[in-house]
Amino acid sequence: MFEIKGLSVNYGGIEAVRDISFTVEEGTIVTLIGANGAGKSTTLRTIAGLVKPRTGSISFMGENITGKDPSYIVGKGITLVPEGRKIFPDLTVMENLRIGAYLRSDSIEDDLEMVFSLFPRLRERSWQYGGTLSGGEQQMLAVGRALMSRPKLMMMDEPSLGLAPLIVRDIFSIIRRIKEEGVTILLVEQNANMALQVADMAYVMETGRITLSGPGNELIKDEAVKKAYLGK
Amino acid sequence: MVEFFHHNLSYFLSGISVGGQYALIAIGYTMVYGILRLINFAHGDVFMCAGLMMVYLSASLPFVISVPLVLVLTVVLGFIIERVAYRPLRSAPRMSVMISAIGVSYLLQNAALYFTGGLAKVYPEIPFLSSSVTIWGATTRVVTIVTPFLTVILVVLLSLLIKHTKIGMAMRAVSRDFETSQLMGIKINRVISITFMIGSLLAAVASFLYFTNYASVTPSSGAMPGLKAFVAAVFGGIGSIPGAVIGAFIIGICENIIKGGASIFGIPGSGWTTFSDAFTFAFLIVVLVVKPTGLFGEKSVDKV
Repeated sequence: MFEIKGLSVNYGGIEAVRDISFTVEEGTIVTLIGANGAGKSTTLRTIAGLVKPRTGSISFMGENITGKDPSYIVGKGITLVPEGRKIFPDLTVMENLRIGAYLRSDSIEDDLEMVFSLFPRLRERSWQYGGTLSGGEQQMLAVGRALMSRPKLMMMDEPSLGLAPLIVRDIFSIIRRIKEEGVTILLVEQNANMALQVADMAYVMETGRITLSGPGNELIKDEAVKKAYLGK
Repeated sequence: MVEFFHHNLSYFLSGISVGGQYALIAIGYTMVYGILRLINFAHGDVFMCAGLMMVYLSASLPFVISVPLVLVLTVVLGFIIERVAYRPLRSAPRMSVMISAIGVSYLLQNAALYFTGGLAKVYPEIPFLSSSVTIWGATTRVVTIVTPFLTVILVVLLSLLIKHTKIGMAMRAVSRDFETSQLMGIKINRVISITFMIGSLLAAVASFLYFTNYASVTPSSGAMPGLKAFVAAVFGGIGSIPGAVIGAFIIGICENIIKGGASIFGIPGSGWTTFSDAFTFAFLIVVLVVKPTGLFGEKSVDKV
């Protein structure tokens, strides 16, 4: 469904991503784990079209989308839930959701209903400004906003960042439910334990390269991974 | 009190009128700043160009054609300026864009100098706007009465656009966060172009009203009203549209009351008139010392 070949990206004067290749199968959860500065976020930002790659190709459903504009990529069905949530603080919750569907011209009422059933809290707060929500609620809003574009592939950058453990558990159960709805997920996490538990396939990144890969339930038992990322 | 009011009525009326004209120009400054964090120094000159276009177009065309044509051409001018002078510098440091804006300002003034030969051009008398009316004993032009109403109507329309339409929502999003807006599929360059076009449209409307009062256009005609409108925008809290409008009305009224305020301070009116421009800027300094973000300035709510 989604394939990256030989991708290298320069970002902020350094080669943040070096010749990585991986694939994402339809209907699965794939995770990229690794330490700070390993190039995970840059990989997602490049796929989203915010950063242009130096070399390599990105193809989605048979189409080469390397170097296309973000709006084109969103239109193709790839969305990014950015790191730090980045909801619009002076738009209402409802407006944040509507702006997620910015490119769509068909009716979005069903999708709003779907998001509200996934996150009942957002319905209660639909008239409030995004900036007044708590961190966990903002993360739900960011996910809901991304769903409003009816994505085929949803990329999530550190959804658990800065959230309380209970809320992190909620977020991961939501990620599973979104997968059940038929959305493919590419997840970047520093919380390797949680990420590997939900992932069908996982890749470990170190200083811009992919150093290990395998199904999530195998990597979670891998000695090197345990030592480096699971703190055991 | 009644006598004070009566004495100053005509100054008060022209204050409201000038304030409305400043407001229409100030919206262009404040909207562009809101989105690009750029002080568009060329904005006052766009306003002047609208005035000159009217002078030349109305010489050969009837008003029903020349007025809409000026509106359209000014919008096109605003679009071109953004496209040519600002967009290529989108990722450049803000200072570079500002220098580019100053360059455009001089380019427009010099072009105007070239076309006019440096002579003041007589602004055409637009029928209806130029005719006289008398209100409570104060004789004034229709334009003085029309301006505040037209300003309020346009501001309300603009607010509805920003609050309730898809493009308005996109403008609010882009003014907050370029990158996340892009992730929503918003084409930020399009939103920025539309912002410049709206600002230019309002500047063109302001030019009809302003030059009907002042009757002539020179290449530097845009400088002072542009500067006053900029002060109004900063005074109101740059980036805020209601702030710019209220700031503009306050400045317009104060400036004109000073011109006619002979009896208030016991000093002959002409003495104060000289200082009416200086007053505007002194006023700005005082406001900024007391409230650095202006009346309705953005509160920085950076929640991480």
